Amino acid sequence: MTSSNGQPLLALDDVHVYYGNIAAVKGLTMTVMPGEIVTLIGSNGAGKSTTLRTISGLLRPRQGHVTFEGKRIDRTAADEIVRRGIAQSPEGRRIFPRMTVSENLDLGAFLRKDRDRIAADRERVLELFPRLRERITQKAGTMSGGEQQMLAVARALMAKPKLLLLDEPSMGLAPVLVDLIFETISTIREGGTTVLLVEQNALAALRVADRAYVLESGLLNLEGSARELARDPEVVRAYLGG
Amino acid sequence: MSFAEPLPRESKPRGRMRRRLRFTWPLFFAALAIGAFIFYYVLTLGYLDPAVNDFVQQWFPLVSINEALVWVMAALGLNIVVGYAGLLDLGFVAFWAIGGYVAGWLMSGFFDKAHVNVLGNPAPFIVGGIHINFWLVVIAGAAVCAFFGVLIGAPTLRLRSDYLALVTLGFGEIIPQVFHNGDDVGGLNISNGTKGISPIDPVKSLSISQQGVTFKSLGPFDHLSRYLIFVVLTILIVFMSLRLREGRLGRAWLAIREDELAASAMGVPLMRTKLAAYGIGAVAGGVAGVAFAAHVSGVLPDRFQFSISITLLAMVVLGGMGNVWGVMLGALVLAWFNSTGLPQLGDTFNSTFGTSINFPSYSFLFFGGTLVLMMLFRREGFLPESRTRLVLREPERTDMEALGSDIEEQAPELDGMRIGGKSGDDEGARL
Repeated sequence: MTSSNGQPLLALDDVHVYYGNIAAVKGLTMTVMPGEIVTLIGSNGAGKSTTLRTISGLLRPRQGHVTFEGKRIDRTAADEIVRRGIAQSPEGRRIFPRMTVSENLDLGAFLRKDRDRIAADRERVLELFPRLRERITQKAGTMSGGEQQMLAVARALMAKPKLLLLDEPSMGLAPVLVDLIFETISTIREGGTTVLLVEQNALAALRVADRAYVLESGLLNLEGSARELARDPEVVRAYLGG
Repeated sequence: MSFAEPLPRESKPRGRMRRRLRFTWPLFFAALAIGAFIFYYVLTLGYLDPAVNDFVQQWFPLVSINEALVWVMAALGLNIVVGYAGLLDLGFVAFWAIGGYVAGWLMSGFFDKAHVNVLGNPAPFIVGGIHINFWLVVIAGAAVCAFFGVLIGAPTLRLRSDYLALVTLGFGEIIPQVFHNGDDVGGLNISNGTKGISPIDPVKSLSISQQGVTFKSLGPFDHLSRYLIFVVLTILIVFMSLRLREGRLGRAWLAIREDELAASAMGVPLMRTKLAAYGIGAVAGGVAGVAFAAHVSGVLPDRFQFSISITLLAMVVLGGMGNVWGVMLGALVLAWFNSTGLPQLGDTFNSTFGTSINFPSYSFLFFGGTLVLMMLFRREGFLPESRTRLVLREPERTDMEALGSDIEEQAPELDGMRIGGKSGDDEGARL
């Protein structure tokens, strides 16, 4: 499943991120190739979400750089980064609870002006998550956790991203729903969207991903193909509860 | 199109009702405005029973209606900042003051060394000064306020909620103080200090009186003419508010109000969008300031108190944050209550029970009490935005559930959730 040896879609080079004086990420180097599903796993507080926030421009690295399609984006405004093709489903879903499902999807396409294509993408997203079509006029805050997670992913897809960032899509979901979400992530990739997946649920993430990075206390601990890492004794002991 | 699918059953009647509501309030206010005009016009003709005339002069004098309209304009401006974009602003009086002083500068003999007259209408005894047409001054006041809105907003809006409120509170105090002490800014008199700027040029407009309709300088008692002018300005601001709401900017404000972080993840530029709310809200505040200056024919720095900011906020909250019609209702009711209703009710109470309580001095007690009661029994305001109302009425699935207690529901949810509808990864996959 690993893709061609061309230019990486996303590259982090020795990225350090601080909250005040506290280092959350201490020199992370990683790449995401076009068409891959890459997962970033690690325990609570390892710096996974910080990394995603840095990529999407909500945080600035103190050192190192982030490049997307060969151009640096670590000093670029968050809205410009979305415009260049990185969309995210943020941690904790962050759907707009008092807006309808339909309005939430519209906001996902906030920066796009191509109305016909938006309508077409909306149709595709609703085919991907038929459940959302049933709920299209419902206030998003009144839906169940699983439905809200689907909406968060669907909303991010409405931006027609080249790279989709998913922050803990399995959080708080029943195991069956987790399987469904991950199944959908594969489907999304087959449609040509590259995915960077941050997860605590390492087992599920390693099953769906091509490659993985294991983060521990802001440092890169291990990296490699997902299949290898799933068998790595250290990973099994630390994250897979083996 | 995207939702040709059958909608949930109950959404049909609700949709019809919503559509009806959508037209009810605009029509109500239009009828109110026209009805009031006809009524006061008939009243000036003097056909009605003097008793009716007395009652109206006591309880609903046109002056207080005009003043209420000024409050409506300012409250609609604050509604853009607080109701649409969700930024708490406790210093909105600053824009009212700036608008007022723009009128003071551009429509009076204050700068007596200058001799400028652009379609202006100076009072006959005034020599020199800047005299610019009222409508142009409205535009100038709006522009200056937009500028100051952005200027104040740029450093301020980086702050979040409570901090933003505190800083706006500061600006709301500073700007009136600048005018208060502005009679000697490095030897330059920019505001005439505590004396304020008065008189302001009379507005030249249609005058409606017993003599019929003429075009002349409005005197202090041409309330009906000013009423018309204020209605026109209010309509412009209402129109602006409604159009913005529907547009791209309105959606961006809404997104920021609901969840700033999520909005930014959708690519909403936070700073620019917030500054737009601040600037556009300030425009309405400035128009209100110019209108108020014309209403009382002058500007006095002591009028621009903190209590104005709070009263405006109370109007927005009581009326229904984010809903133009609710805010109008809230502003009309509170402004009337403040200027006329409370003193009149107090007099009635005093004469009935033989007491001598000074009711107007307790106005904030009534405001505070009303706010507390509203927060207890109708938090969404008189006329809430449909979005807020629905959330407060519909049974809410709680955070508990959002955290995954929907396990019970697994089986039914699975049916609707098969990926790609029919066969997994064909059409649905192409994203």
